[in-house]
Amino acid sequence: MMSILDIIKDTNITFEQRVLGLARAAENSLDVLKMTDYVKEYREAGIICDLFEGNAPYRPRYILPDYDKFIKEGCEFLNIAPPTDIWEATNNLLMFYKHVPSITTMPVYIGNIDYLLEKFVTDENEEESYRAIKLFLKHIDTTITDSFCHANIGPRETKAGMLILKAMRELELPTPNLTLKYSKETTDRLAIESINTALVTAKPSFAKDSMYREDFGGNEYGIVSCYNGLEVGGGAHTLVRVRLGRLAKKAINKSDFMERVLPELAHEMLGYIDERIRFILEESVFFKVNFLVAEGFIEKEKFTGLFGMVGLAECVNHLMELEGNSGRFGNNDLANKLGEEIVKALTKILKDHKCKYFDREEKKHLLHSQVGIETDAGESPGCRIPIGEEPEIFEHIVQASPFHKYFASGIGDIYSFDETYKKNPQAILDIINGGFNMGLRFFSMYGNDCDVVRVTGYLVKKSEMEKLDQGKVVLRDTTILGKGARDNGRVLERKLRKK
Amino acid sequence: MRRAKINKIIKFSNVDGPGNRMSIFFQGCNYNCLYCHNPETINRCNSCGACVDSCPAGALCIVDSKVCWDKKLCVECDLCTEICMRNSSPKTMDYSMEELLEEIKKVSGFIRGITVSGGEATLNYKFITELFKEVKKMGLTTFVDTNGSLDLREDIYSEFIRATDKFMVDMKVWDEKAHIDLTNIDNLIVKKNIEFLGVLGKLYEVRTVIVPEFLDNLETVSEVSRLIGGINSKNQSGEDIIYKLIKYRQVGVRKEILDEKLLEISSPRDEMMEELSKLARSNGVEKVIII
Ligand code: SF4
Ligand code: SF4
Repeated sequence: MMSILDIIKDTNITFEQRVLGLARAAENSLDVLKMTDYVKEYREAGIICDLFEGNAPYRPRYILPDYDKFIKEGCEFLNIAPPTDIWEATNNLLMFYKHVPSITTMPVYIGNIDYLLEKFVTDENEEESYRAIKLFLKHIDTTITDSFCHANIGPRETKAGMLILKAMRELELPTPNLTLKYSKETTDRLAIESINTALVTAKPSFAKDSMYREDFGGNEYGIVSCYNGLEVGGGAHTLVRVRLGRLAKKAINKSDFMERVLPELAHEMLGYIDERIRFILEESVFFKVNFLVAEGFIEKEKFTGLFGMVGLAECVNHLMELEGNSGRFGNNDLANKLGEEIVKALTKILKDHKCKYFDREEKKHLLHSQVGIETDAGESPGCRIPIGEEPEIFEHIVQASPFHKYFASGIGDIYSFDETYKKNPQAILDIINGGFNMGLRFFSMYGNDCDVVRVTGYLVKKSEMEKLDQGKVVLRDTTILGKGARDNGRVLERKLRKK
Repeated sequence: MRRAKINKIIKFSNVDGPGNRMSIFFQGCNYNCLYCHNPETINRCNSCGACVDSCPAGALCIVDSKVCWDKKLCVECDLCTEICMRNSSPKTMDYSMEELLEEIKKVSGFIRGITVSGGEATLNYKFITELFKEVKKMGLTTFVDTNGSLDLREDIYSEFIRATDKFMVDMKVWDEKAHIDLTNIDNLIVKKNIEFLGVLGKLYEVRTVIVPEFLDNLETVSEVSRLIGGINSKNQSGEDIIYKLIKYRQVGVRKEILDEKLLEISSPRDEMMEELSKLARSNGVEKVIII
């Protein structure tokens, strides 16, 4: 952690980043969470990691307000009446967003923006709507200076959705991130328009709508932050993750890992997740005083906890070595099977765990295939194959798809395509359809020749990273994270999909 | 049981017809174009053995006086094909119909069809006809990429044409003499094939490689687009024929048989491609694609 004076003197950050850094430093001067010796030791060793969530959580990590309700009813606390046209609608949302907290202090979810705006877009005012939408997006990019901010569109084609895609292609901005909920309802036109947009500006990603609907029991869900699936009107209190690559080093062999090391870790980590939730619900006052709760934009019952994991590949490779096997994760059946075994074991432990702060018995913590952070040298994101070792795209999808069913709250691979695909976006749609039929739930792509690229889950501009290389201040804090991932995780060397 | 020599298979291709397709390249060609980009697909290997020692990976060996290739050891350095004086490759695979169908089945969920290419695929038309009949049962479309040199109007090809959804035909150069200089064969049949397949509704696209200064690109594009435009205007089905203009690139071209002049030629400028595309459009081709 940086000292307070370091934060004040840092020449690489903006004013807002400085204020945020100071708030973090203040929070971290406290020591109020109860931790077992195990958790303390493993946190210290960087095996359990709460992703800089802070020592005294005073708001949930991810919040998904019910924006639909806001558009229909307005907000009493903010003194905002329901909108009557596209200008009021976009302006109302922008005002509301400033009051939606999260771990980054900025909203990580800004709604199914096409559905929210659609009733204000008509054939007659299309041009005006386009201007409003462009200003809306530009405003978000400039004021929510963090690419974990995520919007959704679809599955139905709407006029607003098509305008949003067009504006994003034109603006080429990293924020907000975007996901298309893709289902049988989605027209080919919307899907192709989405692919064309993704090849220019690395978004939207595609989410398999039917799979999420099933996992969330038919409740409304949103894709937020990098690609976390969560319930609308709720969110996630916290995300704690394990670095499996490092954890594997604690085992003497494979069965020791499966029978002792992994279950012990999981139970301890779940205890820590529960402790963080306890603090949010019982000691911090967020759920007691915040207007989002008071006016019913969010409900405590719709929140969950996230159990994150990174470095499955390194974990498997290490265990394979311990067993005297040379096969590597991603390119060997035995190694891939072992990877799935590990995830299955975690799934079972999560299912059997009861968090006493959830009202409903069926409510569980969700597994999240976390993408890592900029300092994760030597640990691959979630269940991904190490960059550079990826097999051909077909084998890659076949390898990745069995893992997706375990991760209701997010997993994804990123495929980078060369420019020839711009002439034949249908080819990418065929690949996405094939992948979804095979079991994938999430698919991200970008064009290798673009300025905006997807790092691990969020987006950054290559040109902004270069600015940072030269020691200049940049607007978005995610650019700093992106530069770290580029330097430590080789994320720009992801295998290119040529013809 | 029928078998075929396959030079390579690309599981996912985005340049060989609509959507994502599996491309199967057959070994063997009846042309020998000066600027061929895949000269190793022209002839069949006679197992002379000259390439065996060149392999740095130990992927080649001779068994029963036949050259064998171990795909698992191969590092795709292409030294063997460079050394081969016969315009062949030791890396071809011998597939039975069943084995090939098995390969297609694996990826069938991700593709909307298959495209056979070459070498010159149509030299294997009997094998392909049978293959296509099976492939169609999987709900996939069947495309053929051809130099158009066989007279497809002849009766013996009728079943092959029925099994094929669409053809993609190369039209290298319009002038007959230039065509003979380039390929050793005249192009009368190619022109007839374009007309014949076009009227049948079986022509997906015509392709021309633009080589500045070396070929009369202007004449070729002008004549071909007039031909396509004429067919398009008669076409009731509404699916226009694509004219694809391909930029010449030096990659893969055999340096030793090019004369000085062709070696110096660089890829055409974008403005030139745009002008040719405009010309094609003005002659009635709606869909012109530059790659
Ligand atoms: S390409 Fe040819 S020379 Fe190179 S490793 Fe493969 S077989 Fe050997
Ligand atoms: S590929 Fe060429 S060099 Fe090698 S054995 Fe065959 S004909 Fe001879």
